[in-house]
Amino acid sequence: MISFFIKRLLLLIPVFLAVSLVIFMIVHLVPGDPIDNLVQINSSPEQKAALAAKYGLDKPLYQQYAIWLGNALTGDLGDAIILRRPVSDLIAQNLPHSLTLGALALLFSTVVGIAAGALAAIYKDSWIDRVTMALILLGSTVPGFWLGLLLIMLFAVQLGWFPVSGARSWDALVLPVLTIGLGGVALVARVTRVAMMETARKDFVMMLHAKGVPPWRIELRHVLRHALLPVVTILSLRIGWILGGAVTVEFVFARPGLGSLLITSLNQRDYPVVQGALLMLAVAVMLGTLLGDIVQAAMDPRVRERIE
Amino acid sequence: MALLSVQGISVSIGALNPLEGITFDIDKGEILGLVGESGSGKSLTAMCVMGLLPRIGGSITKGSIVFDGRDLIGLPEIELRRLRGKRIALISQNPMTSLDPIIRIGAQIDQVSNLHLGLSAEAAKARSLELIAQLRIPEPAAIHRAYPHQLSGGMKQRIVIAMALAADPDLIVADEPTTALDVTIQAQIIQIMVELVRDRGLALMLITHDMGVVAQACDRVVVLYAGRVAEMNGIGEIFAEPKHPYTRELIRCIPRFGQAPGSLKGIPGTVPSIVDYPDGCRFNPRCSNAQALCRDQAPALEPKSSGLAACHFSEV
Ligand SMILES: Nc1ncnc2c1ncn2[C@@H]1O[C@H](COP(=O)(O)OP(=O)(O)O)[C@@H](O)[C@H]1O
Ligand code: SF4
Ligand SMILES: [Mg+2]
Repeated sequence: MISFFIKRLLLLIPVFLAVSLVIFMIVHLVPGDPIDNLVQINSSPEQKAALAAKYGLDKPLYQQYAIWLGNALTGDLGDAIILRRPVSDLIAQNLPHSLTLGALALLFSTVVGIAAGALAAIYKDSWIDRVTMALILLGSTVPGFWLGLLLIMLFAVQLGWFPVSGARSWDALVLPVLTIGLGGVALVARVTRVAMMETARKDFVMMLHAKGVPPWRIELRHVLRHALLPVVTILSLRIGWILGGAVTVEFVFARPGLGSLLITSLNQRDYPVVQGALLMLAVAVMLGTLLGDIVQAAMDPRVRERIE
Repeated sequence: MALLSVQGISVSIGALNPLEGITFDIDKGEILGLVGESGSGKSLTAMCVMGLLPRIGGSITKGSIVFDGRDLIGLPEIELRRLRGKRIALISQNPMTSLDPIIRIGAQIDQVSNLHLGLSAEAAKARSLELIAQLRIPEPAAIHRAYPHQLSGGMKQRIVIAMALAADPDLIVADEPTTALDVTIQAQIIQIMVELVRDRGLALMLITHDMGVVAQACDRVVVLYAGRVAEMNGIGEIFAEPKHPYTRELIRCIPRFGQAPGSLKGIPGTVPSIVDYPDGCRFNPRCSNAQALCRDQAPALEPKSSGLAACHFSEV
């Protein structure tokens, strides 16, 4: 079990290298020279060259990549060109905001999604099922940013229940979490409902009825437990999607965070920051997938068997 | 009075009527065989006795099922649930799929005595370990901790049997308990099960399509054909003097020791499909005695010189 996860972790190394190379290259392939942002319009080519040398931009690309990666692995992501601070400081400052938002959105999607899906499956073909299904359909077709704007208009502007933007108090989290989470709720509810209805048809469930186990206990302790397996799979596959949601939502709600940092730096062509932020997001996605594997192995003895 | 008395039950599932006038009874401590070819209605009969028919969308339209003096038909679900597992237990056809794959074997056996006997976790575990040992499974403690996928089919079926015994039921319904298993261990599992049932003086309804198993284990036999009872009689009588032509054919088809492989002869013709059961006696297209009357009128299940049979022309 432990050795499997060490193996899994080692397997992530080539993935990490490939992703880091792509992140490094993307920044170099977009048009626009960051040096132009740094210097006065009338500065001489010599001044530009001196600045380029200072940021290592005069070296061949492969050398720049090796240096960047080597430094990144020791926690040094370079200095921001515009903000003139270590990128690692900027990330350390913004990451907690994104983590809080992402974790709450994930929690919200999981808890509400599973509850809605389970209710729909247990009371299938009743009005509860139909209402849940309608909401699921709505939740999975409405784009997140649009939903965010709608929520702002309704709850922040019209009703004034929650702040329009910022991150000064806990209630500023409510609308962003709803915006990211509702799509997740729809997804989790749909997967839970289908998986529970499929499990309910299995022989072992009939056997549980034959053993005289009360139906609610069969639904919660056995059927729902099985339905959680595909939910974990889908969530670990969708970690990137949730983080991506956090990026745009931070921007829409003008919240500090990795997403806002990324978008601001992108506009300013402050590419050490862009690279650093993207790398952090990539690492988060990889760790999320690994976490999904661990949870799955903890829940399903057959998965543990396959691993060993 | 019989422990279980099934009187003339008919079942419908949607537009289908897979069972018609099923009648039999089981005494305390008796092993009753329920035989018939695939599709004859054996599993549905088991579902009726377990009170689980509504779970597959079926309903009993006629007849009564009296267990220990109480009619199960019309009994509220909560009452039925108290009987299930506690007084009437099921051993299902496919042990490979009858256990919850992500829950430890032990917990699945413990569940029964915990639920029905109110045993504490430790007491339930002790009881389960004892049962596992009685089913002649080596290393009960290791098996108690294991998950279903770590056990062979034969081992799993022993666990299902242990589960059925866990709350000390009065009646066990075993639906082809060995059909899904390797031939080499079928007889052994039947033997262990029958031994435990006899030791405890339990009643057993043993469903099988194998007359050999009937001869090995049963006191009495009910023969089903196409959703109806063809014949019911004691084990000695039925083998010595079958009253129904179908029973005669079944007995003739038991492979005998020393018979060359491949010389096994099945009953000529095929089992009719539920969607076009023939009029009159449903066995008439395959029966060598069939007369005009047989194609016209369904024979009633009637007392013969011994037992019951449904044939217009049974000799005795
Ligand atoms: N859930 C069901 N829905 C519709 N028909 C069924 C269902 N279960 C069984 N049947 C039909 O009822 C008949 C008897 O089935 P079953 O009791 O399973 O037979 P056996 O166990 O003797 O092989 C068969 O014709 C079968 O097709
Ligand atoms: S009733 Fe007629 S067809 Fe049916 S078993 Fe008897 S003889 Fe054969
Ligand atoms: Mg069957």
